[in-house]
Amino acid sequence: MARDSQAALVALNRFGFGARGGASGDLVNASSDPRGFVKAELARASGVLLEAPGLQSTQQLGQAVFAYQDQVKQAREAAKTAAPAETSAPTEQKPALRRNLSLNAAAAEIAGQMTEAKPADNAVRPEAMQPNAVAPPAAKPAPQPLNVIQKTFRAEALARLQRATLAECGFTERLVVFWSNHFCISASKGELARIWAGAFEREAIRPHVLGRFPDMLKAVEQHPAMLFFLDNQQSLGPDSRAGQNRKRGLNENLAREIMELHTLGVGGGYTQEDVTSLARIITGWTFAGRQGQLGPPGSFVFNTNAHQPGPHMLLGKTYEPTGLAQGEAALADIARHPSTANFIATKFVRHFVADDPPPALVARLRDVFVRTDGDLKALAVALVDSDEAWQAPLTKMRSPYDFLVASGRLLARVPEDPSRYLNGLNLLGQPLWSPAGPNGFPDTNAAWAAPEGMKLRLDIAAQIAARLGNNIDPIDLLEFVAADAASIETRRTVERAESRQQALALLLMSPEMQRR
Amino acid sequence: MIDCVENRLLTSRRGLLLGGASFAAWAYLPKFARAADGRDPRLIVVILRGALDGLSTVAPLGDPDYAGLHGSIALAADGAHPAMMLDSFFALHPAMPEFSRMYRDKHAAVIHAVATPYRDRSHFDGQDVLESGYAGPGRVQSGWLNRALEALPRGERVSSGLAVGPTTPLVLRGNAPTVGWAPVALPQADDDTAMRLVDLYRHRDPALAMALSQGLQLDKAASGDDMKRKPGNAVAQMRQVARGTAKLMAADDGPRIAALAFDGWDTHANEGGPVGRLAFLLGGLDGALAEFESGLGDRWRDTVVVVATEFGRTARINGTDGTDHGTGTIALLAGGAVKGGRVISDWPGLKLANLHEGRDLKPTTDLRSVIKGVLQDQFGLSDRVLAETVFPDSASARPMKGLVA
Repeated sequence: MARDSQAALVALNRFGFGARGGASGDLVNASSDPRGFVKAELARASGVLLEAPGLQSTQQLGQAVFAYQDQVKQAREAAKTAAPAETSAPTEQKPALRRNLSLNAAAAEIAGQMTEAKPADNAVRPEAMQPNAVAPPAAKPAPQPLNVIQKTFRAEALARLQRATLAECGFTERLVVFWSNHFCISASKGELARIWAGAFEREAIRPHVLGRFPDMLKAVEQHPAMLFFLDNQQSLGPDSRAGQNRKRGLNENLAREIMELHTLGVGGGYTQEDVTSLARIITGWTFAGRQGQLGPPGSFVFNTNAHQPGPHMLLGKTYEPTGLAQGEAALADIARHPSTANFIATKFVRHFVADDPPPALVARLRDVFVRTDGDLKALAVALVDSDEAWQAPLTKMRSPYDFLVASGRLLARVPEDPSRYLNGLNLLGQPLWSPAGPNGFPDTNAAWAAPEGMKLRLDIAAQIAARLGNNIDPIDLLEFVAADAASIETRRTVERAESRQQALALLLMSPEMQRR
Repeated sequence: MIDCVENRLLTSRRGLLLGGASFAAWAYLPKFARAADGRDPRLIVVILRGALDGLSTVAPLGDPDYAGLHGSIALAADGAHPAMMLDSFFALHPAMPEFSRMYRDKHAAVIHAVATPYRDRSHFDGQDVLESGYAGPGRVQSGWLNRALEALPRGERVSSGLAVGPTTPLVLRGNAPTVGWAPVALPQADDDTAMRLVDLYRHRDPALAMALSQGLQLDKAASGDDMKRKPGNAVAQMRQVARGTAKLMAADDGPRIAALAFDGWDTHANEGGPVGRLAFLLGGLDGALAEFESGLGDRWRDTVVVVATEFGRTARINGTDGTDHGTGTIALLAGGAVKGGRVISDWPGLKLANLHEGRDLKPTTDLRSVIKGVLQDQFGLSDRVLAETVFPDSASARPMKGLVA
């Protein structure tokens, strides 16, 4: 059997999450049939779905947030009644209080992405709480128990991390991460976005990763998490009944990003008028609130009362007033637009192959996308079947998420607590499900090979090594990572390290682990 | 005391590095010689990502159409949180008392109705244009601040820019060497491991060698007991980032030029007026400016801080008490070197006919003119270099005169 370690490295690192340690035999398996190794996962279509005990639906989670918010409100009001304000001017009290609360809410929202740091404090608590331990005089106040939103976020993160750690090649999971970042939401938008972040990926992304782009597009744009993230639940048709009654109107945010970021791309042939028109077309796409007047709280609904009536012209075509179907027809057409095929093919190749994507490969994938009506499995297969994907040197930098997952796989550590991962991602500038903007995390070497980022990676590698380096044989691990595809310099550096810990830190930071 | 700690750590790493072959990154240590005029100019560029609502930050209260357009979120000169009058026409958001004080002391200025040459409404293209300095989007290899650095006489004043944050902002990317720093405290890899890795990269991956050695060298200089990152709110983070930046830049051999970015200005819904979301962010920015001032100490006298954003927001609020992507906005200047106490504006008016495309504040000043003026006054860059290299094809946007005292 011919063995090609270099091709195995491409199979595992370019397409997957890297070789697993232990007795996996990943590198050996990948070297005998690199393409087959990558494609084997695509044949198991159900393997892309993620179900784990305790993970709930968007609707259930929405209701959990509403219930939690009610509790907080009641507790606050109870506290207020118990200790009435000393200097209260009763008539002025209400508006002033509301202003303060909205300010606090804004603060909490903006600071939201830092809250993952807290569970790490919890992790050290048990020692401090030993029965015989004497509390130090300046002890910190006991950390708050996790609320339902934090608990859910951590459970979703853990399920995703475990899946990535255990996957054979990891190609399917890499595709999930790619599409999830393409159609990103940000958990830092607010409590609903935070609790929904994982469910959004499970419900709107995963079922279509090996399915069809038009279906994924529809599922994403109708998902409550996306509607909340890009404000569409607040957008009202100016001439709709609700718009007239409430004197509120359009919000272009979602419509713009659908065309700019999700489908056509900047310069994809749409105008400001198209943005506004699509915004009108999708007015009424919302989710039912806590009162449940429109449907089960937390579920997607089409609210006719908020929908801008009449036919609308978009990209040169008129869409008749058919309610929800009007927007669905518009999305279906946008998904099939030539600019969309081009935009998706370019981004896909840039992610998997090179910052400067080979034009011939982009053109081929674009044609596949068009010919198959956006069959994403066909797109992935065409990528694996291409020569370019196997010949291009491994120059892409692993993102922080890829790096942490690849390290966990190599060390055969299935995470039981997501804290270290979440903290590491925060530090390295890729907080889970919380990109700074709707364009998602960057996907180029300029972003992930920056000086400060490299320095922090090294610090994290050293921490991992300090924790786990005693029990491993670094030379064995190097065999798992790259075998005879490892460079002589890397091998020598690992072999000559002054301790196992140092050897592991250096191995985790080696080009063989950092580049994909 | 901080100097002492810095020197020890830097020396140990430097010693190890120089023990090997001479290494490119170390040629990039800030070389500094005091300029003949005794001035030691510093420049900090703050990018506000997401598009700042200029009409809510410096409100044209004197414009009869402002209150109607900005509706429920308009600022006013009276009420519980009155805006602070800057002159008889413009008023500053009440969340910015520090900037107001600097303005009264004539060390801060506002440029209103300003925009880059970009006229579409995509954040990411808009940010590319703002930071690349090119007239259109799609040029993301280098930024104008980096090219300005390249144009400086080597070794004369400063040869290295400071990129604040986990990744280098585009404005500072390019050929000229930069160093990076982000305010994070965690147990660090020891020097020996770091040097072994740098050595491996030198042989196998020069790009990573460069990045890592630069990351190692700056990290230590910024640290002090008060720099530990605390999970807190965005305001505290803005202050903390500014404090660390100022500390690095205040050192005799520290960087003279820095760039950093604050996110979160994309206020589509519930933007808030005198209080609320935007007010909260502006308070953070105001605090950051105060940290620059106090942290730079005597150096503040020669410092200019430029605050800029990719574009403005709609003049009329949208249906959700926020504002959508627009065009004209503001730029802020602060620092002891600024000839301040002025709102510089060729005010276009907010009548419907005067709005850009019937919806946005019409830009009457090219942001490049403002930045070119600052670069010229601070670093003596020529008209030609500014118009051809720093901001290519920008001869029509002439450097604004007299921004620096």
